[in-house]
Amino acid sequence: MSNPLSALNGATWSDGIASVVEVPMQGMITLRGDLSDPVIKAAATAVASVDVPGQGHANCDDSRGICWMSPDELLVLCSYEDVAANLEKMQSTLDGVHSLCVDVSDARAVFEVSGPYAREVLAKLAPVDLAPDQFTKGMFRRTRMAQVPAAFWLQDTDCFRIICFRSHAQYVFDLLTVAAQKGSAVDLF
Amino acid sequence: MSTRLATGGRLLNKEKAVRFTFNGQQMRGFEGDTLASALLANDQMLVGRSFKYHRPRGIVAAGAEEPNALVNLGVEGKFEPNQRATTTELFEGLLATSQNHWPSLEFDVGVINAKLARFMPAGFYYKMFIHPRPLWKHLYEPFIRQAAGLGQAPKGRDADTYEHFHAFCDVLVIGGGIAGLLAARSAAQAGARVLILEQTAHWGGRAPVDSGGIDGKPVDKTVDELVSELSDMPNVTMRTRTMGAGVYDHGYVLGYERLTDHAPETDGPRHRLWRIRAGHIITATGAIERPLSFAGNDVPGVMLASAVRDYVVNYGVSPGDRTVIVTNNDDAYRTAIALKAAGLDVPVILDARVLPADSPLMAEAKAAGIRVMMGHGVAKVLGGKRVTGVAVCLQAGEGAVREEFACDAVAMSGGWSPVVHLWSHCGGKLLWDNDFAMFRPDVDKAPTGADGAAFVSPAGAANGHFGLTEIVGDAHAMGHAAARATGYEVTPKPAPDATSFEEAPLAPVWLMPQGAGAPLRSKAWLDYQNDVKVSDVQLAAQEGFESVEHAKRYTTLGMATDQGKLSNINGLAILSGALNQPIPQTGTTTFRPPYTPISMGAIAGEARGKVFQPVRRTPMHAWHDENGANWEPVGHWRRPYAYVRSGESVHDAVMRETKNVRENLGLLDASTLGKLIVKGPDAGKFLDLLYTNMMSTLKPGKCRYGLMCSENGFLIDDGVVARIDEETFLCHTTTGGAERIHQHIEEWLQTEWWDMQVYVANVTEQYAQIAVVGPNARKALEALGGMDVSAETLGFMEWADGTLGGFKVRVYRISFSGELSYEIAVKASEGQAFWDALMTVGDALAVMPYGTEALHILRAEKGFIMIGDETDGTVIPQDLGLHWALSKKKDDYLGKRAQERTHMTDPERWRLVGLETVDGSVLPDGAYAMADGANENGQRTMQGRVTSSYHSPNLNRGIAMGLVLHGPERMGEVVAFPGTDGTTYQAKIVSPVFYDPEGEKQNV
Repeated sequence: MSNPLSALNGATWSDGIASVVEVPMQGMITLRGDLSDPVIKAAATAVASVDVPGQGHANCDDSRGICWMSPDELLVLCSYEDVAANLEKMQSTLDGVHSLCVDVSDARAVFEVSGPYAREVLAKLAPVDLAPDQFTKGMFRRTRMAQVPAAFWLQDTDCFRIICFRSHAQYVFDLLTVAAQKGSAVDLF
Repeated sequence: MSTRLATGGRLLNKEKAVRFTFNGQQMRGFEGDTLASALLANDQMLVGRSFKYHRPRGIVAAGAEEPNALVNLGVEGKFEPNQRATTTELFEGLLATSQNHWPSLEFDVGVINAKLARFMPAGFYYKMFIHPRPLWKHLYEPFIRQAAGLGQAPKGRDADTYEHFHAFCDVLVIGGGIAGLLAARSAAQAGARVLILEQTAHWGGRAPVDSGGIDGKPVDKTVDELVSELSDMPNVTMRTRTMGAGVYDHGYVLGYERLTDHAPETDGPRHRLWRIRAGHIITATGAIERPLSFAGNDVPGVMLASAVRDYVVNYGVSPGDRTVIVTNNDDAYRTAIALKAAGLDVPVILDARVLPADSPLMAEAKAAGIRVMMGHGVAKVLGGKRVTGVAVCLQAGEGAVREEFACDAVAMSGGWSPVVHLWSHCGGKLLWDNDFAMFRPDVDKAPTGADGAAFVSPAGAANGHFGLTEIVGDAHAMGHAAARATGYEVTPKPAPDATSFEEAPLAPVWLMPQGAGAPLRSKAWLDYQNDVKVSDVQLAAQEGFESVEHAKRYTTLGMATDQGKLSNINGLAILSGALNQPIPQTGTTTFRPPYTPISMGAIAGEARGKVFQPVRRTPMHAWHDENGANWEPVGHWRRPYAYVRSGESVHDAVMRETKNVRENLGLLDASTLGKLIVKGPDAGKFLDLLYTNMMSTLKPGKCRYGLMCSENGFLIDDGVVARIDEETFLCHTTTGGAERIHQHIEEWLQTEWWDMQVYVANVTEQYAQIAVVGPNARKALEALGGMDVSAETLGFMEWADGTLGGFKVRVYRISFSGELSYEIAVKASEGQAFWDALMTVGDALAVMPYGTEALHILRAEKGFIMIGDETDGTVIPQDLGLHWALSKKKDDYLGKRAQERTHMTDPERWRLVGLETVDGSVLPDGAYAMADGANENGQRTMQGRVTSSYHSPNLNRGIAMGLVLHGPERMGEVVAFPGTDGTTYQAKIVSPVFYDPEGEKQNV
């Protein structure tokens, strides 16, 4: 019975200074281990086809990628359909190496915020320096948005991808629409 | 009378008239006016009544320091009290009303207080209303609260929106006057990322109003050039209408931006709170002029000399045809000269000083034909609701009147005080400057950051510099220093060349005349907003309130919305005089953020309405909502308390659901239960330390109920642990416990047992988990089909992976109800579909969803404890008879040693029992059982309390659990529980297991 429903079933909004879209189910695998271990790295890169990023960074290419979550944690992104196969592949690579590899795709919701004011919308909610020369493509922040945990990166110029917990999806969607309300441009960036 | 001048008004757009209403009266101003300048232009000198004596009060200042002109603005959703007219920009349709009077501003019965003033000295309320004691609460306090207060609390829901914004910079400059602009430029030229905030709508501060020039040009020209230069620099951000509200540790600053106060019909948020991280902060916050303390200095028409100048030059407003100047310094002469230049009359300048020679400003005033009386001051102001004249006396004397002048306004200046608020917020120290009689920042004792280096620097007037030359030089240098402090290389350029007048020194004047007797002192106001007079502060000192903080609270000097911006130094000086000690020894009260009040809305930011608080929703949330869920908040989650059908009460629904689970089939959304994966070679060993029972011996495929205690031995969580494989466990936590227990586990793992090879992941939200409970549970799963769920294949406390109805599932055969029960986890994205499938097959099996209250009753019938009901942070497993879950085989686990302390092993600890009312009624939850006698505090002795209490529809009577002294040894005894309804409940002590004590129903 594979008809996965994302938290908000693809909700969209564009009645303000940025547009907000819920992205369809994104495959996500949490990998914990010693990030200097080549086997751990290989487990991630083999399924994501990108290099392991450094601290505070992410290498993302559409639906595939690797995000640096903490000194011993990576988030591996892949298409939702491939999660089971990738998980198996990673687990066999990691056989005998102390690590943890777990599917968290359904535990999350993903949003895209785009438009010339997208940076400002995020800067209203997250304590992050979002100036164009300070937060650049390839960077990744695991932070909070207003009252809940969230992580984001620049998918494209003026387009952010945001990950939050699935149970917070409605809150985060509402939050983004409030922060992007008409007439609320800060005109800073 | 005050009026609009034909010429002048550099901030006005006279092309555009603006209509507004004050106390119901239509008035007219211009675009660019503040409400204060527009009121003065309409001859509205009287703007409010004072707090205590209801004295008529007028506009005193022209900026943020204004104590009197506080008004109610707007109506209903836009209503806001205590708004300063001097910082309120005029807009079309503005509605303002004055405050603190009844029935009207012109005629206020509260003025009777003024007649009784001599009976209402400092500390009056404390002294008067203390006896008899009970009357305070029931009579005096409600009455005083009714009478006190300035504005009214808003009643309507706020119609506006607000937001926060996080900003970062190298150098933050607070204040957009000439000093701020110059400091910003020198920092920016070095390459620093600069943010500059100005609280008003205009750059340049007060320098353009005062005399002087920079690089041979008038100051306003220089300001324009600086603003255009800065706005062209990509590394500079400039914000007007944004006040630096507070400076906090680590370079954190709050900025308060007022976006639409001046244009309320505009889209977007009204206020924006800037949450700034700055590498270095420059406070270029200017200075505030001090009033002089003479009798009648609060009569409407008595204003600060600088404010009079501002109104004439900036707004083209005359405070009256004839203005008497009274001063102890040169600066007020600028006001005299400005008034003359505007064609107005200055009958006399009363200068308290006696000087050997005229300074250039004095000479200029005299040349303009103004009479100057040196060594003179105001004996008293004549007039009630507005100034009609002044009586003049010798400053050195006691107030004998030598001459009287008729006038419409009095412009006073007692010298200037640097605005040191933001410098002081984070611990910047002050120095007493004898020459200027003021506190200035002690730059050697600045607020310091984590590295011990200063992170705040004052610049310009805020640093105690008053001549334009000094201000320019200081600001220029401070900008460079700030850039250097944030890691930029500075190629110093010379400071601009400024010219300013040589000024004669000021003479400190704290009371006018210096020998004023009691009648004059009790009419000489220090704090306008709180009605504190010279005599009140002297009385406080006499009564022993020697500390400045005590004197402040006793007299209310420097309290309320202006926080003593005008009164502070004058009050300190009077207190010092009364205590016979130098001013620096008295010191100042503490400066605390915000600089001026900021709106509650700005503090809350976006957090209101639908995003007031995050509500966590399970995948089946919408279904529950559509099916009558009566919601219960559990942490941030919302869980259905019961599903109420039409015509049913919530209680009816709970009873129906509870019975149906025992008789047929219930479905519970258990997705909120925490699910933590614990994996690694040391996972078993690690869990043995976290749980009180043995987990390492659990076989893959099996489940075990476990308890977790804090290191102090108290129960903190419970749940079922499933062993997935040799290295992997899945630990269930309570709904509220997932994040808390995850943190608890990570803390022990990272700080104490970091050598263990274990990783933990919180997968709570990956799964929708549904409990399928009741005699028909197995039939329902068999109807879905796909895996063997028989008792033989999947026994009690076992789990298995498989498919059901085409869904990939993990089935745990565990029971929190005592019934045949399966908890089934599916992916969250399939949760709703799986729930629907269960409802469909359940249709023939009398399925009903059930909520958290039915869950509670079912577990209470079985005597199962609930974290948060039977535990409250002071309860240990032994209290609950859970000895079976405390492993004796293990050397250690968290809480083990604590549980061996004498207090924990005391047989007098209250222990868990069941409670059964003798008449079948329901015991009040939380009720205490009384014992004979009283404790050492004279309180009745207790011997137990109710921890859970319900009506059980299956047993058809009240059931309860409770902690009772020697409880398990007192089976059958009847104990009395007084309720709050006047009745005393009699309950028999019984076993906490009320239903199916053999556990036959779950083992089928």
